[in-house]
Amino acid sequence: MSSNNSKAYVSMKSVGHRYDPLPDAPMAVQNIDLDIHRHEFVAVVGPSGCGKSTLLRMVSGLLIPSHGEVSVFNLPVTEPRDDVGIVFQKANLLPWLTVQQNILFPLKHKYGNYSKKDEQRADELLKMVGLEQFSNKMPDQLSGGMQQRLGIARALLLNPDILLMDEPFSALDALTREQMGFELLKIWEAAPKTVLFITHSISEAVLLSDRILVMSERPGTVLDLIEVDIPRPRTSDTINEARFTQLTNLIRGHIYEPQA
Amino acid sequence: MNPKPKSWLKQQCYRFASVIFFICFIVIWELICRLAEVPNYILPSPSSIVSAFFSVEFSRWMTHLGATLRVALIGFALSILIAIPLAICMVRSELLSRTLYPVLVVIQSTPVVAVAPLIIVILGTDDPSRILITCLITFFPIVVSATTGMLETPEEMIELSKSLRAPQYRETWQIRIPYAIPHIFTGLRVSITLAIIGAVVAEFVAAEEGLGYFIQFSTSYFKIPQAFAGLFFLAGISLLLFKSIHWIQAWLFPWSLPKKSKY
Ligand SMILES: Nc1ncnc2c1ncn2[C@@H]1O[C@H](COP(=O)(O)OP(=O)(O)OP(=O)(O)O)[C@@H](O)[C@H]1O
Ligand SMILES: [Mg+2]
Repeated sequence: MSSNNSKAYVSMKSVGHRYDPLPDAPMAVQNIDLDIHRHEFVAVVGPSGCGKSTLLRMVSGLLIPSHGEVSVFNLPVTEPRDDVGIVFQKANLLPWLTVQQNILFPLKHKYGNYSKKDEQRADELLKMVGLEQFSNKMPDQLSGGMQQRLGIARALLLNPDILLMDEPFSALDALTREQMGFELLKIWEAAPKTVLFITHSISEAVLLSDRILVMSERPGTVLDLIEVDIPRPRTSDTINEARFTQLTNLIRGHIYEPQA
Repeated sequence: MNPKPKSWLKQQCYRFASVIFFICFIVIWELICRLAEVPNYILPSPSSIVSAFFSVEFSRWMTHLGATLRVALIGFALSILIAIPLAICMVRSELLSRTLYPVLVVIQSTPVVAVAPLIIVILGTDDPSRILITCLITFFPIVVSATTGMLETPEEMIELSKSLRAPQYRETWQIRIPYAIPHIFTGLRVSITLAIIGAVVAEFVAAEEGLGYFIQFSTSYFKIPQAFAGLFFLAGISLLLFKSIHWIQAWLFPWSLPKKSKY
């Protein structure tokens, strides 16, 4: 296990992407070098439009980078992989399916059906995110936070090794958002996974992650890669620690004065 | 979340607004006819229309209604059966949609009234030609609403499907079509009223029975109140069909209705 820890699970080598095929069109992101280790929690912060979602879509295999190479587990990413789960920005639930059908949707959609055992697993996941009484409700009967929890549970259904999350809590209010962060940590600690977590919130990034990738304005590149050396488990008290404030200020400085 | 709950009277007013309006309309109409002594063959009064309605045997009404409904509903059903698969094909193939869309627009913008006699000449005076006329007029709204709905499916839902590497037909069947359901039903509501219009237009051109035929011959024999009775009957049936589309949607796809249904 410990030998595995050093192995890069996700590796990006001078990755860049330009949406416009014209050669002199601007790059959306460029020169990203990043190795994410097994069961590491990496957050990505950066100004709006700097290419965070682009980065995530390249790791997921939904977008093939025009420059450089992304590999997962030493294999170049050429299409979406089964061992990668994605949590979308706005829960992205299907309003015509019940909560239970929504969580089982990846199986139903990928293979056409699912077994009794899968249903049990779905129920366990629902329990884990505290939605077990809601399995027959429709998504629009859930609150925003509950919908997002369902989105996370759905991404966990196929038991992915890697979890990609694109601003999963940005649609939530500040209070729910903080709670969701701690719930995510609980889930992650119970079943460790390699996580790439995109967020707009610097404090959320510091609170949750092992390392933080700070990106510059468009075209997005790596400004800094910050080790978050705050011990786990992290709680709501973590916010009051001196190191927490130090780190958030450091990142804030990077984003507001990239030249300095 | 009304700040002030409406009073009981106000609530009932909202609920029966269309009924109250209709009653007022009839009463004013009746008064005008009586006070101005308008002759029946120009504008029959509501009361004379009602008595004309009951002077026609019930079984005769049913024969005419049956004939019109048969054409309208078969034409409508056929339209759905062709329009939805066609919409799916057009969404999946850009070439097909580029080829067919102009053709559909041309068909749609050609007045059915002008084409109907030609169809009767070519296909004869039986049901098939009337059904074809109905199809021609009901087809377009369904195709357009279905393609619009499927194309408007949010990119994130499509990415969910792509991230699972699911086969394309499941993307269509489990994501695009359900997403399009509210759009499709909007199209169906427009279409069902057009189906009645199509059937009546066809009956005007060639028919021995049907409500359109009934109105036409009543007019030509100067039985104006009877023609009006037929007209109102037809309108009532249209309204009922329109409503039933809504009921079917509420029954089969309750999630697809807006949270606060206005009608
Ligand atoms: N499908 C696309 N086609 C063309 N350009 C795109 C596309 N998606 C993103 N871009 C461009 O790439 C850049 C990066 O976009 P991206 O969505 O990755 O930013 P982001 O960091 O996720 O922003 P936000 O924080 O607002 O979500 C933007 O300037 C955007 O205009
Ligand atoms: Mg984004």
